[in-house]
Amino acid sequence: MPEFTIKVDQNRYLPVGGREVHAIVTVEATGAGAAAAATSAAEVIIIDTSGSMSFGDKMAEAKRAAKAAVDVLRDGVRFAVVAGFNLARPVYPADETLAVASPQTREEAKRAIGRLDASGGTAIGSWLRMAHKLMSRHGAGVRHAILLTDGKNQHETPAELDAALAEVNGGFVCDCRGVGTDWEVAELRKIASAMLGSVDIVADPRDLEADFRAMAEKAMGKAVADVALRVWTPQNGTVKFLKQVAPSLEDLTGRRVESAPQSGDYPTGTWGDEIRDYHLCVQVPPSDVGRQMRAAWVKLVVPDGAGGEQVLASGNVLAEWTDDEAKSTQINPRVADYTGQAELAAAIQEGLAARREGDVDTATARLGRAVVLARQAGNEQIGRLLERVVDVIDPVTGTVRLKKNVDKVDEMSLDTRSTKTVRTRKDGG
Amino acid sequence: MKAAGCPECGYPVLPHHGFCEACGVPLRGAASPAPKARARPAECVECGSTEISDGFCGQCGLRQPDGREHVEVTTPTAAGVSDRGRRHSRNEDAMAVVETGGRVIAVVCDGVSSAPRPEEASQIAAETGAAMLTAQLDAGADTEAATRAAVLRAGKAVAALAASEHEAPACTYVSAVVDVGAVTVGWVGDSRAYWISDGTGARPSTVLTADDSWAAQMVELGVLTPAQAHADVRAHTLTSWLGADAGELRPRVERFEPGGPGAVVLCTDGLWNYLPEAAELAEAVHRARAGDPARPPLEIAGELVRTALDAGGHDNVTVVLIPFPPPEAGSPYPAG
Ligand SMILES: [Zn+2]
Ligand SMILES: [Zn+2]
Repeated sequence: MPEFTIKVDQNRYLPVGGREVHAIVTVEATGAGAAAAATSAAEVIIIDTSGSMSFGDKMAEAKRAAKAAVDVLRDGVRFAVVAGFNLARPVYPADETLAVASPQTREEAKRAIGRLDASGGTAIGSWLRMAHKLMSRHGAGVRHAILLTDGKNQHETPAELDAALAEVNGGFVCDCRGVGTDWEVAELRKIASAMLGSVDIVADPRDLEADFRAMAEKAMGKAVADVALRVWTPQNGTVKFLKQVAPSLEDLTGRRVESAPQSGDYPTGTWGDEIRDYHLCVQVPPSDVGRQMRAAWVKLVVPDGAGGEQVLASGNVLAEWTDDEAKSTQINPRVADYTGQAELAAAIQEGLAARREGDVDTATARLGRAVVLARQAGNEQIGRLLERVVDVIDPVTGTVRLKKNVDKVDEMSLDTRSTKTVRTRKDGG
Repeated sequence: MKAAGCPECGYPVLPHHGFCEACGVPLRGAASPAPKARARPAECVECGSTEISDGFCGQCGLRQPDGREHVEVTTPTAAGVSDRGRRHSRNEDAMAVVETGGRVIAVVCDGVSSAPRPEEASQIAAETGAAMLTAQLDAGADTEAATRAAVLRAGKAVAALAASEHEAPACTYVSAVVDVGAVTVGWVGDSRAYWISDGTGARPSTVLTADDSWAAQMVELGVLTPAQAHADVRAHTLTSWLGADAGELRPRVERFEPGGPGAVVLCTDGLWNYLPEAAELAEAVHRARAGDPARPPLEIAGELVRTALDAGGHDNVTVVLIPFPPPEAGSPYPAG
């Protein structure tokens, strides 16, 4: 088990009658390396084999990428390769089981990947169901999937996809990749978000191999799964929101599962050596000046494998009422920074949606605001992507003009990466 | 006599040693040690719930009293009172008063609220400083040298609390050694020592320390008048403190010969904010003693604390009052 720490960064002071408390909760796991090697892990690689994959070099590159991921799997890891089209077909092993990684099974898997053909449609819900079926036989441990698609989820209704997502919920973590520009960002983001995984665009199929290798390596570094953030609030207190804010934005508010009176669990998936920041906002009943309250007690919990659970770390979010305005009006710099970064993501997504709908005024206003916020956040990657979609006339006021011709890749890259944040540190670095 | 080992590092220590010569851990508490947290209350003071964990109520979340809200200490001669005030959730001040070998030793510290665990910083600084002073003076050390050594030792103890330089507990420090002929004060930060004169041949009331604060620095540099400096929001910003992020400590030490009877007051800014001038504080002391020249120091210190609370009690307030000269040593001056 890696070592976990929780750190809370906040301004605990509230004005007289104040009720809303904000905090940045930083969770860090260290020493996962040795633990990961000893962890029981399952990996499923899902490759889109719909007809459109046969265009260009997409299929060939997808095969190279899947083989690279297979090569990274350490001996003993349970794994499978699944082909996705209107249905899902186990490619290796062919009998809906998981293989045990070894030099021999890795070679067999790569040969099976080499024989893949592209034909048929896209029904991602059925692909996820197949991965879930395979991994549910594996039981506890780290369960991870890589999902590649090149198109929209055309052969399922949105309701069918939602039903599949609800069914496989919590079954495994799934990193999603869209290759080319014919897939839909919002759709894949929704899937990745539900599966607690990442989403990204791989515009050039030749970049798939490196990306798959990196994803598989990262999965092999995970040492613990099914970790939840448990948030206790005082009587008559509520969690207004809980968002992961670094390394990417993920609103977890709606994912709450009540775990005890005054206490709810929010899923965080699997952990290797990494740091994540969460923005927690709680509302508490006001108390008297000079009183201090535990506004939230945050714990990291994981099943102990014997029907119980283990608390890995904990931290306090405090509230203290003061009549000193110099204290109560101060906004914690990291809270302010992440609030700005969340607004940045929303501005980009709303601006691009308005642009697609031909609402030039809204698109110009929102993307202009995004330019200002990206500068504030020091998010250079987003800044560069924005400049491919708008001409920046004044970066300080956010005066922009929509570009006439925008490459689809640039628009989709901006949309997909809008939720990637720049981590802020306490020391301002 | 066989030397026992330091519980911390094993270095041989003798029973009369107040601290370990090697690592500096206090080996016994001062005669009137700073307060220890009392047993946790069984029920929440707010909602009555019996679910208390880590000092917080498991139902309403309220932080429970830790026993430092109001503390009083006395020695045969001196007394101290420390109070949370009316506007803070905790008392982050600490004090230690010891009477030994005809002299009174006192330390007052104020935890820095913007740093983590200020209440731990002030407590360990006061305890360590008093223990070190006691040990050094008992061993015959020079008073000024002992005062300086005690500040440095207390600084080490506070620095050792830090998880990192970015999370370093910090506090102020002021000490006084009051013996038959003189008052020796040492300080870092803006907690103060005052001489309160009884008249009758003694030198007039005066502040014995000079704040390590932004305001004092501006005045010292001649950049601002005292009024201008104290009106600035940065007035109270410390320029020196005890803590891992404090850099090299340069404690200031002063020896003062009162020349006649009176009292030494050590206090945190929770008191002197309301009574900054020595004359104002002296008047408050004399008022508290009016009609009863023999009024016990504990009651006078209590009156001073009450003055601060009545004026708003915006900060923690700590007052230690030490009559001069210490009577046990036999007074060379006529009684006032
Ligand atoms: Zn020792
Ligand atoms: Zn309670």
